[in-house]
Amino acid sequence: MSTSVSEFKTRATKKAGDLRHRQVIRTALRGYEIVRDKRKAAFQSWESARQAAAETKWEAVNHLDEHLVALTSKLEARGTKVHWASTAAQAREIIAQILRDKKARSIIKSKAMTSEEIHLNHALEKEGFTVVESDLGEFIVQLRHEPPYHIVFPSMHLTRGEIKDLFQKELGDAPSDSPEDLTMVARRVMRQKYIAADVGFTGANFAIAETGMISITENEGNARLTAALPKTMVTLIGIEKVLPRFADLALFLPMLATAGAGQPMTCYNTMYSGPRQPGECDGPEEWHVVLLDNRRTELLADAEQRDALHCIRCGACLNVCPIFRNVGGHTYGTTYSGPVGAVITPHLRGLQEWKHLSNASSLCGACTEACPVKIDLHHHLLQNRRNASAAQPAFFEKLAYQMFGIVANEPRFWSLAKKIGWLTQPLHSAIKGSVLDPARSWTKTRDLPPMPRETFKDWWRNRK
Amino acid sequence: MSERENILGRIREALKVPAPLPGSHGDTTAHATAEPPASHAREWLPSVGASVTEQFELFAKNAADLKADFQLLASRDELKAALVKLRDAEKWQRIASHDGELSNFACKSLGLPVTLTDRGYEVQEMEKCDAAITECDALIAQTGGVAVTSRSAGGRALSVLPPHHVVIARREQLVADLPSAFALLQQKYAPDFPSMISFITGPSRTGDIERILVLGAHGPKKLTVLCV
Amino acid sequence: MTVTLFIPCFIDALYPRAGISMVEILERLGHRVVCPEAIACCGQPPFNSGYHAEARTIATPVLEKLADAEAVVIGSGSCGAMVKKFYPELFKDTRHAALAQQVAARTWEFSDFLVSKLGVTDLGAKFPHKVTFHDGCHGLRELGIQKQPRALLANVKDLELVELAEVSCCGFGGTFAAKFPMISTAMGEVKCATAAETGAEYIVSSDSSCLMHIQGLLTRQGKPTKTISLAEVLNTQ
Repeated sequence: MSTSVSEFKTRATKKAGDLRHRQVIRTALRGYEIVRDKRKAAFQSWESARQAAAETKWEAVNHLDEHLVALTSKLEARGTKVHWASTAAQAREIIAQILRDKKARSIIKSKAMTSEEIHLNHALEKEGFTVVESDLGEFIVQLRHEPPYHIVFPSMHLTRGEIKDLFQKELGDAPSDSPEDLTMVARRVMRQKYIAADVGFTGANFAIAETGMISITENEGNARLTAALPKTMVTLIGIEKVLPRFADLALFLPMLATAGAGQPMTCYNTMYSGPRQPGECDGPEEWHVVLLDNRRTELLADAEQRDALHCIRCGACLNVCPIFRNVGGHTYGTTYSGPVGAVITPHLRGLQEWKHLSNASSLCGACTEACPVKIDLHHHLLQNRRNASAAQPAFFEKLAYQMFGIVANEPRFWSLAKKIGWLTQPLHSAIKGSVLDPARSWTKTRDLPPMPRETFKDWWRNRK
Repeated sequence: MSERENILGRIREALKVPAPLPGSHGDTTAHATAEPPASHAREWLPSVGASVTEQFELFAKNAADLKADFQLLASRDELKAALVKLRDAEKWQRIASHDGELSNFACKSLGLPVTLTDRGYEVQEMEKCDAAITECDALIAQTGGVAVTSRSAGGRALSVLPPHHVVIARREQLVADLPSAFALLQQKYAPDFPSMISFITGPSRTGDIERILVLGAHGPKKLTVLCV
Repeated sequence: MTVTLFIPCFIDALYPRAGISMVEILERLGHRVVCPEAIACCGQPPFNSGYHAEARTIATPVLEKLADAEAVVIGSGSCGAMVKKFYPELFKDTRHAALAQQVAARTWEFSDFLVSKLGVTDLGAKFPHKVTFHDGCHGLRELGIQKQPRALLANVKDLELVELAEVSCCGFGGTFAAKFPMISTAMGEVKCATAAETGAEYIVSSDSSCLMHIQGLLTRQGKPTKTISLAEVLNTQ
């Protein structure tokens, strides 16, 4: 998708005016909000839990090299093959090579946002591999040839009617539009694919340094099956996903479920410490874990925003963000949308090309409040803006602020400016909202307030 | 230089500049405490009663909320009766299971053809099974969930492939909360962990279509926990 | 005490009644009020767009004029947040660093000043209308202003307060409203709809900049709901 701000604005304009879309998203999120608030209230202290989670992630990320070394040595000791990928291209090549070595043809995938990030499916399909998404939401958007709409709820933007039509068109199988029937269609389609797949591909939510484990959180059981049946398993994980200790999961798993889905725990939370071990009756003979950098080390180097790497990809910030709620996930044009996406995408993909995501925010701070690991999200948006303007100031905008600076705190100029505004008001009514109106970006949809004859400073001066 | 060294090198270079601790208001000299921050998780997670009775009540309530079937049974006879009742109500014809004291008892009680996983199995055969009978490592009162491993519950697929998962547990296996469950698993297995540890909290589900809850997305549609 | 009242640019130019109400309330409480004439803007617009040098140009005279103030009261949550939370950051590593910290420590948003500093919640006001309250995001999340306006409104005679069903940004966001007008408008429409659901005659807020945006939408759409600043409500007898 394109990076330009004008295309972002075009998409945003279309979506923001789409009242049907707005209602679908509000309804979907309302259900989530009710259970999320209930689950947070069930905690004896959600705020203490947040602080501990934030400190644990600080410890993980600020000793990242030590934890990655411990993780890797423990995984390798039990037969896992660990690969390190600096770039998306390297990660794709590592994974493709594994598939070639195994002479694999079909791959069953469980949900992995990192695989979206590196555009894995497209690359594998180009080479002739068949890739099937097993997570229902991912399966649905895969059939629609579109990216996931939300990092946790990929098909949140679709109604049951749309999904029924999709299944009818692509699968020839859609008995009704009931979520139950549609889910059973997907279940039926997936069954044989699990069994037939040569390779199972997963993402991961956490990597435990102490015990050398990868932890996967899900509700459907598709990741469990992906990790159980195929002979070869491949897991892709961002390097920042480490947690120091096994016991840390006792805090993170319920917090991830609460913030991400309004559940006390998701249905399956599974820790893998190796391929099939001696004495075990099933599981992959080979397990490859691919550790992905893809410019995370650049974000790490920005100590002011390093905590953005604490993100556990729960999606809570997306759910509360008024921008996300009104323009939707696809408008962003990038893998990670919402507030966390607006913060990290300029780091992972280029500041000047993606700064508009950091600009498209009213800085309300709901995201920072919602984040279970206390990332200072909305302040990072401000910092991205500062960094972008410092590196590449916009000439006219900078000039405008300089002029404003001259006028604002110089009483005579300020008075003059207000007088001019008041005098030209009647003229403005004539061109209000039209292409001639310099205030068109406001007046297209809103009225301007009338300027009173006597301003506050006039009144204050007249008192004396 | 390998990519491993490249990445670790970039990390070490980046970490030369300290980042402030959360809540320290930008003070980069604040030190983390020696104790793991999450060690007090028990005090912040949802509360669990102190007595075993309260904990079983909480487990029962949570299981019900999850639409899992939980039965606390007084004896092996009651366990057998409960299994037979399930078999007849669900019309099971074939089951899958693994070798274990409780699971063997359960299979014997049911008197049905059994696919055992311990020495390997054909997946297509497991697909024909109506239910999986497994043991577990723990029942967790706080969540209404069970902990299983590839070592204690017949492998990786058994507890997720068949459409009905039945867990046979002992009363002593009930633990209060998640911190206790993790401590138990670590104590029981470290350093030679089973390659899979899974916390199962209710039957399989999805909300991907209009956020409407549907059970049995890919994993079992039904989860029964029989505790004796 | 002597209260230095900093009236932000948009209140000065567009909503003087809000500022006048603040002066009258503080004087009625027995305080001496001074309004520095030479300063008009806290510098938030360039700051929010990342232009720190330009923001400092505007903010430096503000800091200097407020340097000797006994107490600084700002008639807006967003400008209050700028001075109290962001001036220390803006002036870090400059010769005004210490002064920024000092002024921030002596600065309050108007409703916060009344309730938290003066301990006053009853101003003897009467406003016989059904109202709802909009929490401006900067005031709410940067300054923790949520209970204070409600404590004040609770003592206004004949006023019925109905809370909004959801707390959400109105969509103004300063330059955001002009740079991303389509998103700003959508957010404002959601705000207007939730306000309409309360059946309130007035939307009240401590932030006149939010009200400017909300009223702009209401007027354009011909909706009857009115907006009014908290200060004006508290000054109505």
